[in-house]
Amino acid sequence: MQPYTVVGDAISASLTGTKGDATHGRALVVERSSTCILCHSGPFPEQAFQGDLAPNLSGSGGRWSEGQLRLRLVDAAHLNAATIMPSYYRVDGLTRVGASWRGKPILSAEQIEDVVAYLMTLKN
Amino acid sequence: MRIALCIALLTAMAGAALATEISLDQRRSGYSFMSADTKAMQDEDTANPGMLFVLDGEALWKRKAGSADKACADCHSDARVSMKGVAAHYPAFEKTLGKPVDLEGRINLCRSNHQQASPFAYESRELLALTAYVAQQSRGVPIAAGDDPDLAPFVEKGHALFVQRQGQLNLACANCHDDNWDKKLAGSPITQGQPTGYPLYRLEWQALGSLQRRLRACITGIRAQAYDYGSPELVELELYLMTRARGMPVETPAVRP
Repeated sequence: MQPYTVVGDAISASLTGTKGDATHGRALVVERSSTCILCHSGPFPEQAFQGDLAPNLSGSGGRWSEGQLRLRLVDAAHLNAATIMPSYYRVDGLTRVGASWRGKPILSAEQIEDVVAYLMTLKN
Repeated sequence: MRIALCIALLTAMAGAALATEISLDQRRSGYSFMSADTKAMQDEDTANPGMLFVLDGEALWKRKAGSADKACADCHSDARVSMKGVAAHYPAFEKTLGKPVDLEGRINLCRSNHQQASPFAYESRELLALTAYVAQQSRGVPIAAGDDPDLAPFVEKGHALFVQRQGQLNLACANCHDDNWDKKLAGSPITQGQPTGYPLYRLEWQALGSLQRRLRACITGIRAQAYDYGSPELVELELYLMTRARGMPVETPAVRP
């Protein structure tokens, strides 16, 4: 796990020290295993099955800064303890995590950066 | 003064615990979220694949088993009479064990104690069939589980588990099934998780399955460690869910997508 610093409601520095790959990020967002579109919908016309438990991802790069998006992915509960959005880069403070997932974050630091880079392209 | 404060606090806490519960007029069976085709499959006994298991269960009910060489029917006679309404009261408190048992557990206790036969394995065709046959005798009967005061601490444990966030996704049952039912998860409606029709035929499984199987699948879905079949936690969760579904009619054998 890479260390990170929260300032205000953002993590301004990349977890990997480099910029993510937006194309990889899009592929990851629509992949079922990332869990994103189980709850969110977005500009994914080819995806028949999207959720409506959470905001549409369209325009997220216009609504939030890169650092704000990074914190919302890494640990949304930091901002709202009652949120149903999982903390995608967290291994502590969880209960009864299944053996296959124990000690691992939902997304790796590289994957977080890829998703952040993709969401930043969604300006409208 | 101190006692009055305690009572006030307890009342406030009980109010908070009940605040998210679904009121009787809002309770909806998983049936109401299904397509017309799937509803028709449940409604018509000749189209309902669960009925094949019920028929197997009926044969098992009459078959002698164990070193006692007794069939269920030798003690309980005609299930259509003796088992009517029984499943609506399960899980029930078992005094000799000091804890609740679900219908599958009750059938296996009967096998061990009265038939002197080995218990059926969880999710075995025999146990599902016999459970479905017994539960089908309560079809249409309002669920009335949890009346026994001995059950109260176990209902509370089940409720605590229902609202406990767990797994890598850090979600509680309540996050979806109390707070977000009727929204869509990956395009499919989230139901209230009312266990009205178990054992039921799930098209995804291409088989009849128990409520414990469904709970284990949901727990794995949030990437938590699933409790073992027959574990106290699963029975307590079943018990809480059945008390939460009070007043809703039993649908066994239900069909679900």
